[in-house]
Amino acid sequence: MNEENRAVVAETLVHTYGPDESSGVTALAGVDLEIKQGEFVCIIGPNGSGKSTLARHFNALLLPTSGRVLVFGMDTKDERNLWEIRRTAGMVFQNPDNQMVATVVEEDVAFGPENLGIKPEEIRQRVSDALKAVGMEDFSRASPHFLSGGQKQRVAIAGILAMMPSVIVLDEPTAMLDPRGRREVMETLSRLNKEKGITVVHITHHMDEAVHADRVIVMYEGKAVLSGSPAEVFSQTEDLSKWGLDVPFVERLGDMLRKSGYEVSRSALTVEEMVDELCRLRSST
Amino acid sequence: MPIEIEHVTYDYMPGTPSQVRALDDVCMTIRDGEFLGLIGPTGSGKSTLIQHLNGLLVPTSGRVLIDGLDTRAKGTDLRKLRQKVGLVFQYPEEQVFEETVFEDIAFGPKNLGVLGEEIEARVREAIALVGLPESLLQRSPFELSGGQLRRVALAGVLAMRPEVLVLDEPTAGLDPLGKREILGHIRRLHERGLTVVMVSHNMEDVAKLADRLVVLDHGRIVLDGTPREVFSHGELLESIGLDIPDVTKMMKELRKRGWPVRTDVLTLEEAYEEISGYLAGTKVGGPR
Repeated sequence: MNEENRAVVAETLVHTYGPDESSGVTALAGVDLEIKQGEFVCIIGPNGSGKSTLARHFNALLLPTSGRVLVFGMDTKDERNLWEIRRTAGMVFQNPDNQMVATVVEEDVAFGPENLGIKPEEIRQRVSDALKAVGMEDFSRASPHFLSGGQKQRVAIAGILAMMPSVIVLDEPTAMLDPRGRREVMETLSRLNKEKGITVVHITHHMDEAVHADRVIVMYEGKAVLSGSPAEVFSQTEDLSKWGLDVPFVERLGDMLRKSGYEVSRSALTVEEMVDELCRLRSST
Repeated sequence: MPIEIEHVTYDYMPGTPSQVRALDDVCMTIRDGEFLGLIGPTGSGKSTLIQHLNGLLVPTSGRVLIDGLDTRAKGTDLRKLRQKVGLVFQYPEEQVFEETVFEDIAFGPKNLGVLGEEIEARVREAIALVGLPESLLQRSPFELSGGQLRRVALAGVLAMRPEVLVLDEPTAGLDPLGKREILGHIRRLHERGLTVVMVSHNMEDVAKLADRLVVLDHGRIVLDGTPREVFSHGELLESIGLDIPDVTKMMKELRKRGWPVRTDVLTLEEAYEEISGYLAGTKVGGPR
């Protein structure tokens, strides 16, 4: 694959927390993976599997104990790349309240580009574009304090967008949100991916969020143990439950029907797809 | 020990320009032995309501009676009420602070004046109830995993031997396995006779566990009934920003597309029964 097409590459990435490799806790035990530019990738895995540690390597918040990470060809270990990597790969965290720095939404979004030393006119343009991209343009003068959880996360995403990143890495951005907030964030991410071509790496515990991804990567005990399309990954029902993960409801229903001899396609993963599939089956008799 | 909530209204910062009405004329009774799911979008008043259930907050108007005792009345011993109604906050592990797991679980009963061997007995009983080994008791809470720590926090409340257990989003932030474990313990506690009130954003969880659901929006009760009844109001729930379980959503879609299936379905098994009934005839190899 062409070097420029690869957004993020991890090569036998090992990460150990603690004083040294022998006495520390190994969070990543040799991860190999590639994320292509423009891909929407979900990373799932139980707590302690290394998901969050992995994500922090993608924008050089953590550096490899051994192995290496490349972000658009830039080695995270090379200090000269640090700022360019942080700008290229923006990160959004779980708790929206901990990510707000300013008392007005537009100032919060402007924080990143201001730190990059960008001219005020250009910043204004970027802030207004970023807020529009996440559907929050009507709230530019609002106080973040009065926003819902989903709105706060969209402002956090706008703050990243204003730095013109190529990749957005999100560590459980929906964990603290109500259903509407989750929907808002997921729709925003999918739009940024499709319309602006931004690569999305989304870490989540919600399996139903992963069914819309281009690719799902499963982390377990510090390794990337499975990678494939949602249909491929969620068809591994036995492995998933061994790893303590849920299988989405639609996939479990499909499984039960297939076991009873009905020819339900494995590619039906969402409620809508399953309804279409069942209607097709019923009319084919 | 029923909890009666009578015309409860609660204002934050009353009499100031930033006055906010969090609860607006809420009426409901929590009955003995019930498993009540409390759902509603962020800011709907769920957390404010549950803090009324043990007198942490008292109504601006209206009243709350816990076992007949008015939480606002002068003579009411709130400490005793807080023992009977155990409240587990969101992310309770953030409130764990003692040096050992034992001390942390013992904190509540000690404050109630429980002494010596009785403390020991209660701590052991509580840790067993949340499915953790006694060998953890002498460890530092900070050596535990997130899921374990949350169960320790739950044990701390159980050690006070409450009759009503109130939980604010007990599964938030846990992975599927951690979630399943803690929900399993909550279910067993309910089966042992505890009244449970659980706030949740996860419609699948409350559909499976609760025998009654109360839906709040803008500080008011908008729905109150069994999960089947409540989830039959899909449009209303969606309009206030909530979901219905995927299984219910699918049955409704099928119905729209002309399948004469039931739409009050809540479990995978029920859905399978309904659907396979109407698919019969399309089987290719018969049951394997």
